[in-house]
Amino acid sequence: MKSLGIDVGSTTVKAVLIDESGEILYKRYERHNARVRELIALILGDVIKSVGPVEVHAAVTGSAGLGAAERAKLPFVQEVVASSTAVEQFLPGTDAVVELGGEDAKIVFFGQVTEQRMNGTCAGGTGAFIDQMATLMDITADELNELASHAEKLYPIASRCGVFAKTDVQPLLNQGARREDVAASILQAVVNQTIAGLAQGRKIEGNVAFLGGPLAFLPELGKLFVKTLKLTDEQARFPKDGQYFVALGCAVEARRFEPLRLDDVAARLDKAEEIAPSGRLAPLFASKEEYDEFTERHAQAAVATADPATYEGDAWLGIDAGSTTTKLVLITDDARILYSYYAPNRGDPVEVLREQLLEVRRLLGSKIQLRGSAVTGYGEELMCAAYGVDDGIVETVAHYTAAKFFEPQVDYIIDIGGQDMKCFRVHAGAIDSIMLNEACSSGCGSFIETFAKAIGHTTPEFAKLGLFGEHPADLGSRCTVFMNSSVKQAQKEGATVADISAGLSISVVKNALYKVIRVADPAEIGEHVVVQGGTFLNDAILRAFERELGREVTRPAIAGLMGAFGCALHAREVGRAESGLISLDELEHFEHTSSAARCGLCGNNCTLTVNKFTGGRRFITGNRCERGAGGKKSAEEIPNVYAYKLERLQNIKPIDNPTRGEIGIPFVLNFFDTLPFWSEFFAKIGVKVVLSGTSDRNIYSLGQDTIPSDTVCYPAKLVHGHIQALVDKGCRRIFYPCAPYNNVEYDKADNYYNCPVVAYYPELIAANMPVTKTIEYINPYLVYTRRGFEKKAFEAFKPYYPDLTLGEVKAAVKAAREADEQFRSDIRVQGERAIAWARSRGKRIIVLSGRPYHIDPEINHGIDRLITSLGLAVVTEETVAAQGNAAPLHVLNQWSYHARLYNAAEYVSRTSDMEFVQLVSFGCGIDAITGDELRGILESKGKFYTQVKIDEITNLGAAKIRLRSLVAAMEARDRASGKAVSARG
Amino acid sequence: MAKLVYDKEGRLLFTKEMAAEYTVLVPQMLPIHFEFITKALSLGGLNVEVLNTTHRGIIDAGLKHVHNDICFPALLVIGQMIDALKSGKYDVHKVALMITQTGGGCRASNYIHLLRKGLIKAGYDFVPVISLNLSGLESNPGFHMSLPMISRLICGVVYGDALMWLSNHSRAYELNVGETDALVKKWTTKISDEMKHTRLPNRKKVRENLLGIAKDFGNIKMGGEPKPRVGVVGEIYVKFAPLGNNNLERFLRSEGAEVVVPGLMDFLIFKVDNRVEDSIIYGGKAAKKAVAKILRDYIIGYQNLLRECLSAADGYPVPARYGDIKEMVRGFLGYGNKMGEGWLLTAEMLELIHSGVNNIVCTQPFGCLPNHIVGKGMMRPVREANPTANIVAIDYDPGTTSVNQENRLKLMLANARKALERQQAGEHPSTERQYEQAEQTERETVAR
Repeated sequence: MKSLGIDVGSTTVKAVLIDESGEILYKRYERHNARVRELIALILGDVIKSVGPVEVHAAVTGSAGLGAAERAKLPFVQEVVASSTAVEQFLPGTDAVVELGGEDAKIVFFGQVTEQRMNGTCAGGTGAFIDQMATLMDITADELNELASHAEKLYPIASRCGVFAKTDVQPLLNQGARREDVAASILQAVVNQTIAGLAQGRKIEGNVAFLGGPLAFLPELGKLFVKTLKLTDEQARFPKDGQYFVALGCAVEARRFEPLRLDDVAARLDKAEEIAPSGRLAPLFASKEEYDEFTERHAQAAVATADPATYEGDAWLGIDAGSTTTKLVLITDDARILYSYYAPNRGDPVEVLREQLLEVRRLLGSKIQLRGSAVTGYGEELMCAAYGVDDGIVETVAHYTAAKFFEPQVDYIIDIGGQDMKCFRVHAGAIDSIMLNEACSSGCGSFIETFAKAIGHTTPEFAKLGLFGEHPADLGSRCTVFMNSSVKQAQKEGATVADISAGLSISVVKNALYKVIRVADPAEIGEHVVVQGGTFLNDAILRAFERELGREVTRPAIAGLMGAFGCALHAREVGRAESGLISLDELEHFEHTSSAARCGLCGNNCTLTVNKFTGGRRFITGNRCERGAGGKKSAEEIPNVYAYKLERLQNIKPIDNPTRGEIGIPFVLNFFDTLPFWSEFFAKIGVKVVLSGTSDRNIYSLGQDTIPSDTVCYPAKLVHGHIQALVDKGCRRIFYPCAPYNNVEYDKADNYYNCPVVAYYPELIAANMPVTKTIEYINPYLVYTRRGFEKKAFEAFKPYYPDLTLGEVKAAVKAAREADEQFRSDIRVQGERAIAWARSRGKRIIVLSGRPYHIDPEINHGIDRLITSLGLAVVTEETVAAQGNAAPLHVLNQWSYHARLYNAAEYVSRTSDMEFVQLVSFGCGIDAITGDELRGILESKGKFYTQVKIDEITNLGAAKIRLRSLVAAMEARDRASGKAVSARG
Repeated sequence: MAKLVYDKEGRLLFTKEMAAEYTVLVPQMLPIHFEFITKALSLGGLNVEVLNTTHRGIIDAGLKHVHNDICFPALLVIGQMIDALKSGKYDVHKVALMITQTGGGCRASNYIHLLRKGLIKAGYDFVPVISLNLSGLESNPGFHMSLPMISRLICGVVYGDALMWLSNHSRAYELNVGETDALVKKWTTKISDEMKHTRLPNRKKVRENLLGIAKDFGNIKMGGEPKPRVGVVGEIYVKFAPLGNNNLERFLRSEGAEVVVPGLMDFLIFKVDNRVEDSIIYGGKAAKKAVAKILRDYIIGYQNLLRECLSAADGYPVPARYGDIKEMVRGFLGYGNKMGEGWLLTAEMLELIHSGVNNIVCTQPFGCLPNHIVGKGMMRPVREANPTANIVAIDYDPGTTSVNQENRLKLMLANARKALERQQAGEHPSTERQYEQAEQTERETVAR
């Protein structure tokens, strides 16, 4: 009897009909555009047409197939089961299967026991991810594959989830990296994600089959897999019908079920009852009249225009070189708009802007004088270098300037662009607090765009549909990766495209309100709210926003151009006599080349992209410090206690002639606090300490494939690489103790724990790195501040050093405690010096706080140097903590490192030339507690609280905007209060 | 209206006057156990009400009032409480909230503070919050843990574990649907009524009741095809609370599985035992250690009683002994690993596999820090030691949809059913039989 398998994935439907021998009689692969039921009905009709309404075995599989199967009362086969069945039957001898789908990634290991793994809820999609990246580059997935085949180098792209990767890709494009290289890097990120996120320590080896749509259609992706996994041509298996394998397996599994007539299957699907929609919301507009009133009201926030053909006089140009779009506005002396432009970058912002500048230069002619120009956004520096734009200003300032034009009393601005959300509160004429979206919830605007495209609509069409969706789907308010599966759920429940569109709009708004701004009550948001950014041009989003807020807001008609408009206004304010923007002639002969290079000025060996422009102008990106960029050396002189502390630890000298051999110590987590102690301890008992080295991408990748939890923080993930590095250095003994408890630094603290990850990671390493079994891996529970520690240490080390005496240990501990105290005092002294230096020169001081391991340059990505390059001194939290007293707190103060933060913040809150910046590692749940408390401590005294979230993403774009905005806000605040502290050299 | 009194650090106290007038709201975690726990608290002079709400508004209230990066249980519990205050069902000036505080190194100890922050944000700064803990954190004039209360609470956990354990088995095989639920109801009512008469621990009475329970359950008519047995472990709230795990037990049952949920006793003993272990690992005052030991052994005594009585129920598995569970995790994790569920979580997985429950759902709230180590972090060695183990880790989070979770669970269940089919076909030596043998030996040991 024939057998039918239907695989309903997140984006496509695959169906196959096979005969008894497994021969394929019929197959079809099609995007379902969220209309699953109709498409299956169509396919069934097709099958019946070719074989007649015969009896067959039939079953449904796939992530979106569950609902369809349940409603139609058809047998359901779990998709991983289906794919392993297919492989067992059609590709015998396979050891492992890598299968990528629209949103799912799976690995199946065959062998003694079949082990199947699916991607975790947090690991983003794969096929959908590639689609989204292709959209970003304005090409199709096939074109991306084609580009990738000409790649010369690979850039590191965060491989954890789609949203993160996007944050890496965008700046690469904006900074002029070769599109071929970016394309290949995107595919490599998928490979890394699959290996690191899914295999979780189990090696993918032997005969490996590659299945699923993306692997079938994008050969370059397969090639990268083969290369990364080091497979031979015989081992790598790309079956002909790779995209049909799950449906094929489903057809085989279907044989277990009672046969059905094909027309009965069709009838069942047809009659499948619509289950009552759960989680539906009220429609955005109850009536057409309501909609008309709404559009009329918003039409009022318009701006006058002027005709460049007739206008004579001065003009100013504003440019917003955004992450996905380029915007231009040319204004007259009375701020009428002469010319404006808004369009996607198509992955080549330099060329897009050149075309536009040509247009502007031509428009100007001889009657209009360009008096000045300013640029903001991700591409700010690049465009300044390329085209000689007069001023670069930080985005927040540009937006505030523009918002003030429409609503002089504005006290709250919310800007949602393609990639970023920016919210800022304005108080007494200055930007008072800034909230940027964390990397995890970014991409909302472009998410809607990609989603619309995926189901065959343009963004405006899709938005329009949403306006009149009757039962908007409740899709939650988490990041886009989660929204994808919420959409799946809504589809399962039969939501229409209009309902999903409206639901997505509401989700984007909730995201902004509850995740980024984190309002408890919309009343907290000011009276005069201005909304802007391209995403707000979508009426569905605007409406959802007003509804959620419970009040009317101002959306300027040029909502998408506000950054550029603000720049133009700023340029007008600056009042130059003449703009230095390059001439028409230069523009016509403009040339731009970019090439890859490596900076050799220090051990970091940053990968650089060198952009060269006509006229010998250069712009270099990819470097972590000013040196590679050919920048000023002045940044070097500004004190940086982060750098000092790191060097202080790196410079601890191991002993030369050990009597008891060597021991390896991974330079990770709490060793950033305890290394001086342990180094001295081992030195005194005659053991030479071998340090794993300072983290970099290379060390990370050494241990990447043994990380069991893909959502743990980056500092913890780095540990795996350090252990491997030690083994590679030939260490036969590694010391990495468990430390649930920390130092008692403040009597008033409730307890003195380390966080669970820091405390027990040594045990996780033992369990997940087989290499620890080949050496002596020493990971006892040791807390050296506890009384009686000497005896415990003696017991712990005795098995490894049989001739060790308790007396020796006691003496070593005594010396080690002194070394520990010396280290702490050195940091304090250095901090005091830095503060004195800054004060004597009237410079501001940033207390850059976090965990001790945040001084690791691979973890902080050079934020400390970014701050000094802005002309601010950097000190650590422990430098000032002793002078603060944060009691009483509104939290249980039970982690030692946190106690430092609270006290430091309290000190900063009453110190006029200091600001507090907290580094938070993504995934650090404990900082959900500290963040709010620190904000409270600082804001109660009118200080800013700035939090910078960091992850494996190497790009500092968002951090930079944040810090520059902070500087701008500090300057504005001081101008307002009549004080002047120089923030720039 | 009761006067609002604050301590010297500015914390709103729960006064005696409030104890007389106020309703104390408690979030639901374990439906059976909480019947007894609320009874014990009521007998201690509080007017307690357990919140059994489950609607979407709870998550929204949580998202609105708690930092969104906080772990899911905090979001739910706090959301549930604030949602209740907003519901209009209570006079908010006559309501207090109660929440547990473990005092351990994970975020859970800070829930109470996050709740207070949430209350202030929501405009309920006048609602007092009571900490329920055994670590001596935060005292209140209107509430203290008396000896009778502690004893009743412990007995409540014993009874709760007994009823949960037996009913999970009988519900899978009962021939007269509803019989199990009726028995649970009968015994919770009976024991709650009795509680007011037992001021001090009365082992004889507990034994009598447990034997009565065992006998009743032994008499339930059971039959039908063997079902795959699925164990549930994880972070304590999402492991137990239906609100936290999207009604996981109900889903597993609807898919034809027998659910095996290790009880609350082990967690209780574990938390006390940690104090003993701490002093062994780091040194410390001998007296402190001795007190902890006495309390630990006292609770272990009750677990032994529970095991002894349950082995009288014919055809039922017997829960494991704390000491045995602890022994099993040796070589996997150290006993100093105590934050959150610590080594106990890994040990429970090992014990389930050991007793023939090869299919395991490891529930974890999104962003749970200890779970990185003791849950996901230990899968590899657990699987290496038990190559046939069929473990699935499920994340719970305000944004995770049930379809995503169910899909993963279905994969685990498909594997479980396949293994069961193979087993019945005689391909492998029957683990069921091994399990019966193990049970037999268990019974003999207990009898001795």
